[in-house]
Amino acid sequence: MTNDNRFPLLEIRNLTKIYSNIQALNDVSLTLDRGRIVGLLGPNGSGKTTLIKLIAGLLTPTHGDIFINGYRPGRESKALVSYLPDRTYLNDWMRVMDIIAFFADFYPDFSSGKAYDMLSRLQIDPQARLKHLSKGTKEKVQLILVMSRQAQLYLLDEPIGGVDPAARDYILSTIIGNYNPDATVIISTHLISDVERVLDDVVFLAYGRVAMVSSVDDIREKQGKSVDELFREVYRC
Amino acid sequence: MRWQIQGDRPIYIQLLEQIKLGIVSGALPAGSRLPSVRDLAAEAKVNPNTMQKALDELGREGLVFSQRTSGRFITEDQALLEQLKKELVAQHLEQFLGQMRSIGLTRDEVLAIIKDKLNEEEHP
Repeated sequence: MTNDNRFPLLEIRNLTKIYSNIQALNDVSLTLDRGRIVGLLGPNGSGKTTLIKLIAGLLTPTHGDIFINGYRPGRESKALVSYLPDRTYLNDWMRVMDIIAFFADFYPDFSSGKAYDMLSRLQIDPQARLKHLSKGTKEKVQLILVMSRQAQLYLLDEPIGGVDPAARDYILSTIIGNYNPDATVIISTHLISDVERVLDDVVFLAYGRVAMVSSVDDIREKQGKSVDELFREVYRC
Repeated sequence: MRWQIQGDRPIYIQLLEQIKLGIVSGALPAGSRLPSVRDLAAEAKVNPNTMQKALDELGREGLVFSQRTSGRFITEDQALLEQLKKELVAQHLEQFLGQMRSIGLTRDEVLAIIKDKLNEEEHP
């Protein structure tokens, strides 16, 4: 996929999403550059998953605009975006190897070699059927699929929530190891202390609005706190 | 190298300090080649741009120099290495003395406990 630097990788303008009577996002504007690893942080119900689904093109905005490399969500943008949903969507009866073949067929930028390499590192049997894997292992398989694409924008909705700390470390190293100055990774999570050192920037959401955008080291330098501590203060219950 | 990122201070500063400590302790010998930014970032489990920032700062301080094709190397400038060592010692000493003062020790008491501790280590 050629890279078009005339546009920011992601530009969101005055985005609002209303579900029948609930306002999930309220006038969100945000621009992200290439080559960043960004944490999308916020308490439950703050709009993280809605925002990610809108960028992925699974929901349509009530108001406002989204541009991915200059494209509105659609066929062109989906070729650039690799999305990890917050729940499983794969067919349970399939074998891991079949799903890999399926992805390789579907996405021109998918690398089967990379996928098999990660599977063996995490000791996941490619012959296994998904329904025989534990919840955490299924999540690992999904993440492997998503990270095996050579995308420009990775949207990872809670990639580390369901896995053990060792796998968490591996997933974070995978994200670092796949770092590409032309691609940006958005990670939504509330396990902030685990991901903080991997992030360039953080976006805090609260009640469907952007409460803060900052680099991790700016927060540490100016506030004298880790992002985790700041989060706990901002969202104290 | 062992990397430890913790607390509330900027991450690139912690990386900077740990690389400096590596240089002074000989874990990263003078004249040796540093791994790539990506490898260092993966090893320390930190963001590659943050590691880059730390290395850029080391470059500005002259402790690391780049050779266009072959990567980054630790300086062989002995005067600079000597100065780095002095700076690190001074930093740790200041921190230690600050803590002793906040505990309430006098100058003579500090001297005495250091002497005692060293003697103890020499003749256990």
